[in-house]
Amino acid sequence: MDEKLKTELSKQGIFATSLQELYNWGRRSSLWPLNFGLACCAIEMIATTMARYDLARFGAEVFRPSPRQADLMIVAGTVTKKMAPQVVRLYNQMPEPKYVISMGACAISGGPFKQGYNVLKGIDRYIPVDVYIPGCPPRPEALIDAFIMLQKKIDQQQLTGEDRPRHLTAGQPSEFVVPRFGAHDLEPPQNPAVWHPPLVQIAKAGTDESRHD
Amino acid sequence: MNLDTIKSELQANVPGCRLEIVLNPSPSAQHSLLVDAEHGFAVARFLRDASDLRFDFCSNVTGVDWPSKEISAKVKVKKIVDGVESEVEEIQKSSTQGYLEVVYHLYSQDLKSGPLPLRMRTQDRDRGVHLPSLTPIWRSAEFQEREVFDLFGVIFDGHPDLRRILMWDAFQDHPMRKDYVDPDDFEYEPTAHDQVLQRAGQHLSQAGGR
Repeated sequence: MDEKLKTELSKQGIFATSLQELYNWGRRSSLWPLNFGLACCAIEMIATTMARYDLARFGAEVFRPSPRQADLMIVAGTVTKKMAPQVVRLYNQMPEPKYVISMGACAISGGPFKQGYNVLKGIDRYIPVDVYIPGCPPRPEALIDAFIMLQKKIDQQQLTGEDRPRHLTAGQPSEFVVPRFGAHDLEPPQNPAVWHPPLVQIAKAGTDESRHD
Repeated sequence: MNLDTIKSELQANVPGCRLEIVLNPSPSAQHSLLVDAEHGFAVARFLRDASDLRFDFCSNVTGVDWPSKEISAKVKVKKIVDGVESEVEEIQKSSTQGYLEVVYHLYSQDLKSGPLPLRMRTQDRDRGVHLPSLTPIWRSAEFQEREVFDLFGVIFDGHPDLRRILMWDAFQDHPMRKDYVDPDDFEYEPTAHDQVLQRAGQHLSQAGGR
């Protein structure tokens, strides 16, 4: 529908919309996050939901204790290798459409524990992440910003066509491989269907040229 | 109470125990008491029960890994070179036996004394990694001995529930040992440097280089 015509109609008191807009508006306005936290980022997440920052303004005040009722997973904190299978399993148990916010340095890359033996180097090795928030921990404003960013992303999703989201494409997986505990590491150490290491020219690391990749 | 008096009191009351004072050369001068593994349990019980010591609180248990060291020494050896006996300097290499060490920090709440660092050493780092558990004496040692078992691989005989506590049960390594090789997941390192840069570089050359 023509945008100009729509604004003209709304001036006359007629509200016109499309199913897609209504659908996206409904989904983005009542995202229910899964109620779980892994480390200190969870404290900031809790602060975000309380009176001072009040995430309820954006429709996300209902933190669900069950993954079956949630459609947003906020991975708030360090994902240890011992915890990673449970996080992936919780994600698998959430109904579609589902979204993931990776909150804080640890959840996006392992953070200060990146070179440790017991911390997963980013939850995006196993599940697809929609919004990354850097910070250690990120402030509540950063989480709200990520939340609004996710809402914008949902608003732009098409119900049909080539660029429709993953869950509307038949044959795309909604469940991902849950890693098993191996003798030395998680098996597999990452899910190649989800995670592709970004291209970095490691030979030029530390120089200005490394950025031109 | 002075460490020397504790030592002599222990020697008088626990027959056969071999004690050694390990000096701490730092300004803190927190010297510790090294006990042999066979008498560790009896010594610990005496430290808790003796009326003038009363170490009733074990605040901390930790482990130390001492891998075997290679020592090279110059030795003069008589050798026959071209039919003439002469003294030749040779470098002889020998290696010391590595071992694992467990340190207990003991306090007395009654006498407000402490800490007394109590050490025990295993025979080696492979088979002889058994030490007596002091959990029956200080209950607070239970989880920390499990942690030392998990991360260093010391087996505590007499521990009520010796399982891994931090890593998963199927895990086989002991990550806090010096010779531990951590899993190779260096595929993506945005700010690699030093050793990390090396390992990340190996990954890329295996993948065909980028």
